Amino acid sequence: MSLPLASLFLAELGKVDPWIAICSLATVFVTVGMGFWSAGKSKNAGDFFVAGRSVSVGWNASAISGEYLSAASFMGVAGMVMATGYDALWYPVCYACGYLFLLLFIAGPLRRFGAYTIPDFAEGRYDSPLFRKIAVCFVLFIGFFYTMPQMKGAGTTLAYIFPGLPYWAGVVVVGAVITLNVSLGGMKGITLVQAFQYWLKVFAITVPIFVLASIVGHYEDHVSANKTAFETAASAPANIERKALPAKAPKDEQWISPFGKLTTKAVDASIAAAPTPEAKAALEANKKPFSLLYTYSLIIALVCGTAGLPHILVRFYTNPDGVAAKRTTMWVMILIGVFYVFPPVYGVIGRSLTPELYDAVGAKGTDKVVLELPTLLAGKNHALLGSVLSGITCAGAFAAFMSTFSGLLVSMTGALAHDVYGRMLKPDSTPEQRLRAFKWAAVIIGAVSILLGMQVEALEINFMVGQAFAIAAASYFPLLFMSVWWRGMTMPGAAAGMLGGGVSALLAITMTSISDVAAAGAKKITDVAQLAAFWQDHPVAKSLGDMWVAHPLARILCEQPAIWAVPLSITLMIVVSKATAAKVPGDIRMKMLVLHAPEALGLKQEYIKEHEGLSH
Amino acid sequence: MREPTSTPDAIHSDAFLARLMRDQLKLSIACALCFIVALVALPLLNYFQPAFMAQRVFGFTLSWLILGVLFFPFVWIISFVFIKRSIALEVAEAQAATKDGAKR
Repeated sequence: MSLPLASLFLAELGKVDPWIAICSLATVFVTVGMGFWSAGKSKNAGDFFVAGRSVSVGWNASAISGEYLSAASFMGVAGMVMATGYDALWYPVCYACGYLFLLLFIAGPLRRFGAYTIPDFAEGRYDSPLFRKIAVCFVLFIGFFYTMPQMKGAGTTLAYIFPGLPYWAGVVVVGAVITLNVSLGGMKGITLVQAFQYWLKVFAITVPIFVLASIVGHYEDHVSANKTAFETAASAPANIERKALPAKAPKDEQWISPFGKLTTKAVDASIAAAPTPEAKAALEANKKPFSLLYTYSLIIALVCGTAGLPHILVRFYTNPDGVAAKRTTMWVMILIGVFYVFPPVYGVIGRSLTPELYDAVGAKGTDKVVLELPTLLAGKNHALLGSVLSGITCAGAFAAFMSTFSGLLVSMTGALAHDVYGRMLKPDSTPEQRLRAFKWAAVIIGAVSILLGMQVEALEINFMVGQAFAIAAASYFPLLFMSVWWRGMTMPGAAAGMLGGGVSALLAITMTSISDVAAAGAKKITDVAQLAAFWQDHPVAKSLGDMWVAHPLARILCEQPAIWAVPLSITLMIVVSKATAAKVPGDIRMKMLVLHAPEALGLKQEYIKEHEGLSH
Repeated sequence: MREPTSTPDAIHSDAFLARLMRDQLKLSIACALCFIVALVALPLLNYFQPAFMAQRVFGFTLSWLILGVLFFPFVWIISFVFIKRSIALEVAEAQAATKDGAKR
């Protein structure tokens, strides 16, 4: 940390609740300490890239879970449940259930194939160095996409904890700490840190909510304080406190029932703009079917996207064997399932007790309900308890974006050091050189991530995460699924499907975000003449916005592209592979056998043989 | 089980690979179907039976209870069954393959 920043930090420290400061700083110091400690234990390239392939099921499951529960899970899910209600419950459920897909179709075979990285798998499966390059680009691309929201989470949380600290300071501090850790200990070091951070996050989300619920009332009581469309009055016990909801908050019936605000946004905008009552009625009739479509597309994006995130996949290579990979996934599902029950509880209780958050947006609004709720206890004669508990949730938030970023950094660094340097630039490098390359690559990727993170202050966390998921769902998931189970797949087919699906999903999402960003800017302008001038300056956003209003279905399909992009990608793979059937690798039977045969048969071969140089 | 020093020829036949992949895929698809049926059915129930899904169960609505709480244990059960069967399948395959190899 540079000196001016440190002094700024110390000056700010005086104004902050000491418990929050202590818990947050302790998390950072323990993370750094574990990094140094594990640095002594990580020796060879294998340790750095895949933790020596010897991580036990318990450690690995905790580490994957720690890596997976990001800022979006820790703070975003609670905020979304509070903001939009029932529909947001699909997020935690699908985040957790996407792992089932991984387990059923991908985890075991992928581990058995014995590659270091996804690009290794891509090249090994199709004998094509070109395809490795395409896969590397995609790892880096999706990785950076997913890194930006983590950085944003770091910046806003630090600014929340230490008011007055600029946004970029949080990005720099967290980025530097994690980069140091990854370059010191590589995958092996980070495994330990992430496992620790999983347990910290579970502790930080459960303990405060149990204490809180025992004082202000339980989960189900606060849910029942919201009346459904079929009830005349709410059925909550009399002792449940509930503050008046501001006008911006969704109504009870909408909030608690499916097909609410989240899924009807597009049609609602069209209804508002419809010229005649007949047109309004026609649109109103479409509202529910379109909501259903939105829900299904969201489910597909989240489930398939989880199964295709490169930083999660790379961890499967750290298992000793395919059976361990399967056992690990089982435990991951239990660990993250246990975690995901709790963020919605914050959202529900927050709706009752902190409705003022509805009036602000993003990081200042419902997104911070997890951090805000424990402080309520101070007003209920539990001042110290409130401080300690909010200190604990802040520590959890820190752990959340630190662990996800470290996972992303390891997978991107692996891609750069192993695939770009070790395979493309310098194929005859020694293990020592590759180790040094890993450290340098970590520093480079860390620096780029910090720079990118500084640029995205204006964008929304959940939105950016959703984009990364939709793109992964339409590119990596079909690639892995089809490569593992269909022997007729060829390299051109795989590339066409992955690029076709991924790029079209990206384009669709970009179209919605262009108009959304412009619309958010226009909202701030009150003057009519200025508003007209603003739209004149943004003709593309204007015409896109008009198109969404005229065609709400198109808007839904572009905002949630998975429902057509995933089938598109798979269809492209099948059609192009059939057309280029001559290019099916000659030893495809052996490759499939390695992917699927039980390891007891002794077919297991490590694709990368560290000690035999890199000739194959 | 120790790794055999040389792999038996039987496992290099197309028939062996086809059977291996078919058995494993069958198990995976069966488990996936349980999960997909639930994922498809819940929005449909919400759509066609809103009053039924909105009834109160322990203070939650039925739909909220299913999605927010019960879904997680449901998925754990599927994955537990899958792991047990899948590992048993692998052991059986390995035994069958080495026996076939010994016969030749």
